[in-house]
Amino acid sequence: MAEKLIGKDIAAPDLLAKITGRARYAEDFRVDGMVFCKMLLSPMPHARVRRIDASRALAMEGVIGILTADDVPQVEPHREPVLTNEPVFEGQPVLAVAAVDETTAADAIEKIRVDFEPLPFVLDPLDSLRPGGPDAHTHGNVRVDGEWRRLKWSAADFAEAGDERLPMGEATAEWSLGDVDRGFAEADVIVEETIVHQSLTHHPLEPRTSMAYWQNGKLYAFTSTQSTQRTRGALASALDMDPEDIVFVAEYCGGGFGSKISGSTLMQLPAIFSRKIGRPVMLRITRYDENYIGRARPGFQGWVRMGLRKDGRVTALDLYLVEEGGAYGSGDYGTAGNTAHLMYQPENMRFRAVSPYTNTPPKAAQRGPGGAQIVTMLEPIFDKAARELGMDRVEIRRLNAPGPESTFGPRETPLTSVFAREALERGAELFGWEEKKRLSGTRSGSKLTGVGIGLSPYTAGSRGYDGLMVIRPDGKLYVHQGIGNLGTHSIADTARPAAEVLGLNWDQVEIVWGDSSQGLPRSSVQAGSQTIHAHTRANHAAATDARRKIQEIAARTLGGTPESYTMDGGRVFRRGNPGQGMSFAQVARRAIALGGRYDGHEVPEGIHAETVPSVGRVAGQGLVGVARDDYGGEGAIYSWVAGFALVEVDAETGVVEVKEYTGVADCGTVVHPRSLGAQILGGSIQGMGMAMTQRWVFDPEWGVPFAKRLYTARPPGMLDVPLDLRWDALGIPDPQTPVGAKGIGEPPVGAGAAAITSAVADALGGRCLCRTPLTPDIILAELEGRRTFGRLETHVG
Amino acid sequence: MDEVDITRALERSVSRRTFIKGVIAVGATASSVGYLFRGGTPLLAMPAAQGTAERLLTLTVNGQLRRVDVLPHETLAMTLRYKLGLTGTKLGCDRAECGACTVLLDGVPHYGCSILTHQIRGRAITTIEGLQNPDTGALHPVQQAVLDEGGFQCAFCAPGFCMTMVGMLEENPDPTREEAAHALSGNLCRCGDYHKILNTAMRAAQLVRRV
Ligand code: FES
Ligand code: FES
Repeated sequence: MAEKLIGKDIAAPDLLAKITGRARYAEDFRVDGMVFCKMLLSPMPHARVRRIDASRALAMEGVIGILTADDVPQVEPHREPVLTNEPVFEGQPVLAVAAVDETTAADAIEKIRVDFEPLPFVLDPLDSLRPGGPDAHTHGNVRVDGEWRRLKWSAADFAEAGDERLPMGEATAEWSLGDVDRGFAEADVIVEETIVHQSLTHHPLEPRTSMAYWQNGKLYAFTSTQSTQRTRGALASALDMDPEDIVFVAEYCGGGFGSKISGSTLMQLPAIFSRKIGRPVMLRITRYDENYIGRARPGFQGWVRMGLRKDGRVTALDLYLVEEGGAYGSGDYGTAGNTAHLMYQPENMRFRAVSPYTNTPPKAAQRGPGGAQIVTMLEPIFDKAARELGMDRVEIRRLNAPGPESTFGPRETPLTSVFAREALERGAELFGWEEKKRLSGTRSGSKLTGVGIGLSPYTAGSRGYDGLMVIRPDGKLYVHQGIGNLGTHSIADTARPAAEVLGLNWDQVEIVWGDSSQGLPRSSVQAGSQTIHAHTRANHAAATDARRKIQEIAARTLGGTPESYTMDGGRVFRRGNPGQGMSFAQVARRAIALGGRYDGHEVPEGIHAETVPSVGRVAGQGLVGVARDDYGGEGAIYSWVAGFALVEVDAETGVVEVKEYTGVADCGTVVHPRSLGAQILGGSIQGMGMAMTQRWVFDPEWGVPFAKRLYTARPPGMLDVPLDLRWDALGIPDPQTPVGAKGIGEPPVGAGAAAITSAVADALGGRCLCRTPLTPDIILAELEGRRTFGRLETHVG
Repeated sequence: MDEVDITRALERSVSRRTFIKGVIAVGATASSVGYLFRGGTPLLAMPAAQGTAERLLTLTVNGQLRRVDVLPHETLAMTLRYKLGLTGTKLGCDRAECGACTVLLDGVPHYGCSILTHQIRGRAITTIEGLQNPDTGALHPVQQAVLDEGGFQCAFCAPGFCMTMVGMLEENPDPTREEAAHALSGNLCRCGDYHKILNTAMRAAQLVRRV
């Protein structure tokens, strides 16, 4: 019997390459004649380029060419251009120079004179909403229904709120369920807080480098991206090309966390530049560049009002968010609103939001976009209500968490499965909640102990993608993966169901990935925690197609019906008579001889147009399995992580030390335990960085960022996280998917972050600072009541 | 941990800190041009501009003598990646903040981005490409430990961590988990894979002691 693969620890097949120096990330590719380019970045947060004088640069020996905004595709003002003459954030690329080496390119950049006309700028979204406040774009400060508007709130809106509460003028997004006023009238306890969540840069360890060249009318592109096929598609549409004319290579990606979902705008630059100068162009992105163009999670200022009945049920939730739009807008506040509803299932809810553009680096999805921020902010406030009601914090969460019949959000969306309560229970048990909660608020010397909980949901799947695989005459199964390879091991793990369907051992399976010329299927973007769900389904479907074809070939060759054949260990044989059969190698050769649908020369109906040419590329290689995931399903696919933390807050230094952390997931069937644990803990650790250290600081006078490197906007290091990290997963399959697995990339971030904000508030006797990051200076300022920043001020250093 | 252990851990963390301070100081002098380089490989060949003449050096890299033209301000990471084709050494920050570029000099971990190639003449350089035995193909215990433990996620930090682990085990083949965490704290993993990385370090120590 072939081994069972789902649920086993099997290191991904590319791991050896990663630790011998053989794995090639984007900056590791070299090609004959390759030149380097450097960009000139805007020194101002908002400006207009009046004149560029590059004559001295272009006269330098070794300089090959210049690329300006005139050379790149023109886009609408609310979309990010590759290069621009009206930069809307400090660090936005204005032009690029190519030279034989990077030093020369950088020297040339120094010699270019650009005459910038400074324009008004705004860093804080609330400032843009003030009467007469500046607009980040010359066209306005918000976009509503696809149109620019100048949205200003009245002086009265601001005056009414005072300095400590969020002012709440006109919102551009709004929904409600039930009647919040009635909900509050029914409440026995009402908690109300103004909240501030910082924005923060993604900072994957690998900067978003790209290299490109042209050959015989085809573009060869090498880039650091989370996805593969979908990034090729994005690049093709940006350059207005047929995707089939791009050979797209992305074998390894050094992290993205949402900032490289379908690549980045800048990946167009080397392609365009190379076409102009006729040489391969490498755009090596530095950490310094990365801060500007590497994307950031949008923060927000907000206001929350929550009402609960004596029995602990949330009767009303009223939430208002003013989200920082950044240079090109953001929209994850929508997910924040839905997530708040999902978490607490309030009987009545109102959600309002507005997201003015700001002259700060562009915002993008960051691991658990919207959800992670709101969970981090709401959990300590929910704790406050629990405290007032005298209820246990696990119990009150269990009571309000959704169950199988629950729906969420304005469209009252159902869920495919939900075991949030079970995750809480298992987490409480593993963490030792009953015992540890007694330490709540205890003091030893200057150290205050607190325990906290973050219960964090996030989307975890999607449907309808294609699987493509080939059994070649060597008898092995080659699973073609169009998804990306950014550290989740998805390229290997989503192939396991295919091996199981075909009765193969793992050493009979090869993964083909990271190079579009090999023929890759239409895939989900490697984001939104979709992949394990979407592509175990797609590969299951394609393997089922292959299985059927193998049975048919056996029946044609050896007689009988296809159904009378089964397979195991790389052989297909008569049920009950293993002697009568043939090897997969023979099957593959027979498939090639038969042609047609057996070897991919005929393409089935229903598969995506993007998969069709890929089937063409593998046609004739062997027996081809190709299919769309038609398993269907109803409702949203969500996973959950219950995070529990124990922290010590030093009342004298303001330093928070995380002593223990436990994360338990509801994410369906466990496919690869060790990798799952890595996602739960790694995501939680990213959440801890968000809650504790990753600042976003600007000089208000000049609009330039201060916290722009790893040491100033510091992600957690090894000594910042507890040695005692624990995880577990419930392993309850999702009933709507054949493999039962749901995604896990994103839910842990909110869990890790909220466990910290909740634990810190607990250490401080239930006092919620209601702002992140909880850096020592902020904690001390709050503790000592000598705040040097305004309650609503964001970007605090 | 008993008192002796604590002292040992402290000593080790102090020496690591002193070491990091050292490379930061070096980084400061090199930083203005630290992320730049002038090509010296045939494909990038061009006459160097005045005042930035390359000099021919002989370096010992992974046990081999390698002759290479090096600019005065060129960092070791740049020489390795762009002149010697050893792209396993990664650049995460180029400024002594992340450790992705860690290589061994005479067995001691150093940030390759923050040391000038000219400063290390005569010293043995080991990179990730040099860990596997070239004759037998046998993996270094640290590499074997990564495979055993399924270490790392995106693994952009992996070469740096592996080199630091090799250096750590040279000094202390029997670390506690806490000591290992201190020894590895000069390397950043943005994926936050610290739990598995520490498991890997402990497993590597086991394997090293067995050899
Ligand atoms: S690249 Fe050298 S420390 Fe980051
Ligand atoms: S595994 Fe991605 S940075 Fe360490």
